[in-house]
Amino acid sequence: MSLTKSQVRPGVYYDSVVLMQLQRKLAALPGVEDAGVVMATPANLELLADSDLLEAAGKAARPEDLLIVVRASSEAKADEALAQVDELLKQRSSGGANQAFRPRSLAAGVKNLPAAEWVLISVPGRYAAKVAHEALDSGKHVFLYSDNVDLEDEIALKQRAAELGLLVMGPDCGTAIINGIGLGFANRVRRGPIGLVGASGTGLQAVTVGIHNYGGGVSQAIGTGGRDLKAEVGAASMLQGLRYLAADEATEVIVLISKPPDEATAARLLSEAQTAGKPVVVCFIGFAAPAEQIGNVHFANGLDSAARIAVGLSTGAITPPAIEPRAGYLRSLFSGGTLAYEALNGLQNFLHPIYSNVAIRSSQKLTDPLHSQAHTIIDLGEDVFTVGRLHPMMDNDLRLRRLKQEVEDPETGLILLDVVLGEGAHADPASELSSAIAAHTKARPDIEFVALVVGTEEDPQNTEEQIHKLEAAGARIFRETTAAVDYVAARLAAAPSAAGKELRPFAEPLAAINVGVESFFDSLKAQGADAVQVDWRPPAGGNEALASILEKMKGK
Amino acid sequence: MVDIQAANQTAVSRMMEARPILRGVAPAKDVIPGMKPNLLLHAGPPIEWERMSGPLRGAVIGALIFEGLAKDEKEAVALVEKGEIEFDPCHHHDTVGPMAGVTSSSMMVYILENETHGNKAFSNLNEGYGKVLRYGAFSEEVIAKLRWMNDSMGPLLAKAIEASGGIDIRALLSESLHMGDEGHNRNKAGSIIYTAKLAPWIAKVAADNDVESDLLKALGDNALSVLNPVMAACKAMSASAHGVEGSTMVTTMARNGTDFGMRVSGLGDKWFTAPAEVPDGLYFPSFTSKDANPDIGDSTITETAGIGAFAMAAAPAIVTFVSGTPQDALNATLEMYEITIAEHSHFTIPQLEFRGTPTGIDIRKVVELGITPRVNTGIAHREAGVGQVGAGLVRPPMKIFEDALVAYAKQYNL
Repeated sequence: MSLTKSQVRPGVYYDSVVLMQLQRKLAALPGVEDAGVVMATPANLELLADSDLLEAAGKAARPEDLLIVVRASSEAKADEALAQVDELLKQRSSGGANQAFRPRSLAAGVKNLPAAEWVLISVPGRYAAKVAHEALDSGKHVFLYSDNVDLEDEIALKQRAAELGLLVMGPDCGTAIINGIGLGFANRVRRGPIGLVGASGTGLQAVTVGIHNYGGGVSQAIGTGGRDLKAEVGAASMLQGLRYLAADEATEVIVLISKPPDEATAARLLSEAQTAGKPVVVCFIGFAAPAEQIGNVHFANGLDSAARIAVGLSTGAITPPAIEPRAGYLRSLFSGGTLAYEALNGLQNFLHPIYSNVAIRSSQKLTDPLHSQAHTIIDLGEDVFTVGRLHPMMDNDLRLRRLKQEVEDPETGLILLDVVLGEGAHADPASELSSAIAAHTKARPDIEFVALVVGTEEDPQNTEEQIHKLEAAGARIFRETTAAVDYVAARLAAAPSAAGKELRPFAEPLAAINVGVESFFDSLKAQGADAVQVDWRPPAGGNEALASILEKMKGK
Repeated sequence: MVDIQAANQTAVSRMMEARPILRGVAPAKDVIPGMKPNLLLHAGPPIEWERMSGPLRGAVIGALIFEGLAKDEKEAVALVEKGEIEFDPCHHHDTVGPMAGVTSSSMMVYILENETHGNKAFSNLNEGYGKVLRYGAFSEEVIAKLRWMNDSMGPLLAKAIEASGGIDIRALLSESLHMGDEGHNRNKAGSIIYTAKLAPWIAKVAADNDVESDLLKALGDNALSVLNPVMAACKAMSASAHGVEGSTMVTTMARNGTDFGMRVSGLGDKWFTAPAEVPDGLYFPSFTSKDANPDIGDSTITETAGIGAFAMAAAPAIVTFVSGTPQDALNATLEMYEITIAEHSHFTIPQLEFRGTPTGIDIRKVVELGITPRVNTGIAHREAGVGQVGAGLVRPPMKIFEDALVAYAKQYNL
């Protein structure tokens, strides 16, 4: 025989929703058949009556009273249930308690974390470019983990990013460390003065780990994605990263990591590296480095040596002299063939395009040895010039005429000459050359003259005097080829191209919006970064027909 | 080429700039366009008698008895089956009604006037709780209550509102959202403000103390007394945003207990419909979801205008509908920002640092993100006359948004 029992709590008010919830909990208790929890208004009493839940105590309740009624299998069960009311009222549903809102769209993610400068994207490749464009639209840097993104999309994304002063790392970028926070796959390494830009995820990881293990630390590790150094992309992201690190006060040494890029891209990168104003360690695995070091650029032959060199440089406080870049082409008129060849071997890494009649690569072959084009290195001792005349080491005539020709070329910016002294050579080459230099300087004061003087103090021409004459005419003197190459490379390294806005310093602490793979979000949070997870889904739930309509409506 | 962005801005701005003022109360036949004795207005999209759900049929029967066109259920049904009665959605007559929404020619209705754009909207008077016509009840006490509302409450309200010079419902909502209301399921604060604003004028114009007392008690006891003027205000706002060429903004969401219907600003008067779903919610003693009728009522006009479930963050007291914690209430509102065009310039939410409520549903965003609008709602019993069995949350079917998108592409040659 079931029994209905009521409890009246005079003057106690709860919102009806709280009451409905309490009632549901009471009804679920063992032995309870039905329950009613209401404010005892006439309408509510009527409802209880309809459900056979109204008895004497309930009928006597007033509208401002809380009325709790249970119908249970026995009085004991009813009392048991009523005794739990206070406990039940205190209960809070823990399911989803304080679960922060998870937006579905990037736009909402941006609204929820306006401080975020970064958007991590790991959605399927076919959707990734769209999401990345959306991120750029809202002024965010992009860490694009997704792969299978079309090359044209990558080019377009990076072009837009550069215009907006934003960075696109990727597609297919696995690693980055920004302000000490690892994005994607990244090792926990100490912070320090070494900044890296890498087109290879594991390469970047290996070098950052090496730096840490050698006692050094990382300022930023910027990923670019594996295709960044392809000719079509032109190292857009690596150049941006390099410039960023060059300007970054916290970075003292820069490391570049990649597979070997093509000539033009390598020249662009290395000449940019020359203008960094700080040591740059280049690790293009498999790249035939011209030297261990040219100016501020150090060549490492592997990931470990890159880490080692970088740490060494960062603790050695080496500050290379700042050399201001200048405009114009190099015109180099050598009398010594091997000197010309060595100069080309070094300079080809920085100056592009470069031509020569002693070309190392077929693309460098000068169309007409009698006319220079772009950067040009001429060996005037080649047969084509010396047929029927004296070698230019003995006779300056040919070189003086060619010098005039180069000075008359408005594209000429810097002229490099060698002056080889010693037995058998011209008795006083500096006199003729320096008076020509002085005369040309009057006509073209913008042209810079650099002379590489090879000789000893015992040579018959009196090396010191020769140097003095050349210097008096305004030429800058070097005594060996690599020093001359260092200088020329630094002077003529392509001035930072105007295309693109500079990146603003990355804000600290790092805040990011993660679109896609949730573990990246968890890892950001674990590292103490402010982050928002966007629960991204394919547009229109993957319905192609609807998605294509939406696409047509975009931007309208 | 149509500029969707600009069209939506125009539509949402019109909706937010609309300033609906409660102007008065009058018999439907005197003020609602196209109203006539054999016409019954109902909630939601168009529907014929055969497909009407229990509560709507019950309300139709009750209204016919109230109008004196039938003396009982049998007569009423016979009248309808003979084809003597015409049905039309409230929305086709600038009108909205909660739940069944049945409005007949002699019923007293609120008159709302949008001061900004000049359009009007109407809604019946709220009956309070218990056995009521809007849930399909048509017993004698229901009809008696309707008679009292028409003969005593309505005329006195009309005089009081007229004497007051009008009540700015948009301003009232701005205030009640700061007092724990969301304007749809919770109108406690709004109803108190409404009563407080009218009380002095009621006292001033009432000729009879008993009638005055009854009216004040009816208004004060009923936490939904302001719901109907609020709905009509929302209708006036959204109607002013309808018909903007190229706009993808929703201007009507309404259910008739069988179908969920929607109209879009730039897609003319076409209804996009699909079967209405059963709300998910909490039930009164002894009822369960088995007793529930599919979603019903025009009150979704509140969500359409940027309040109701869209302002859930402002109403933490009723969070249990969305599962439990105040954080869930915040999340409900945050989710709606994803599918809306603007943040309301007049309705703000203290809990979100006074951010404007998410306003103006964009069908594009709904389809793209797979997020349908949230709707807070009362739940009707599936049988006529039983009444309200609970309250909860429902969402419109995704299909109506997809259909609307396809129709848009066709109409605008995309």
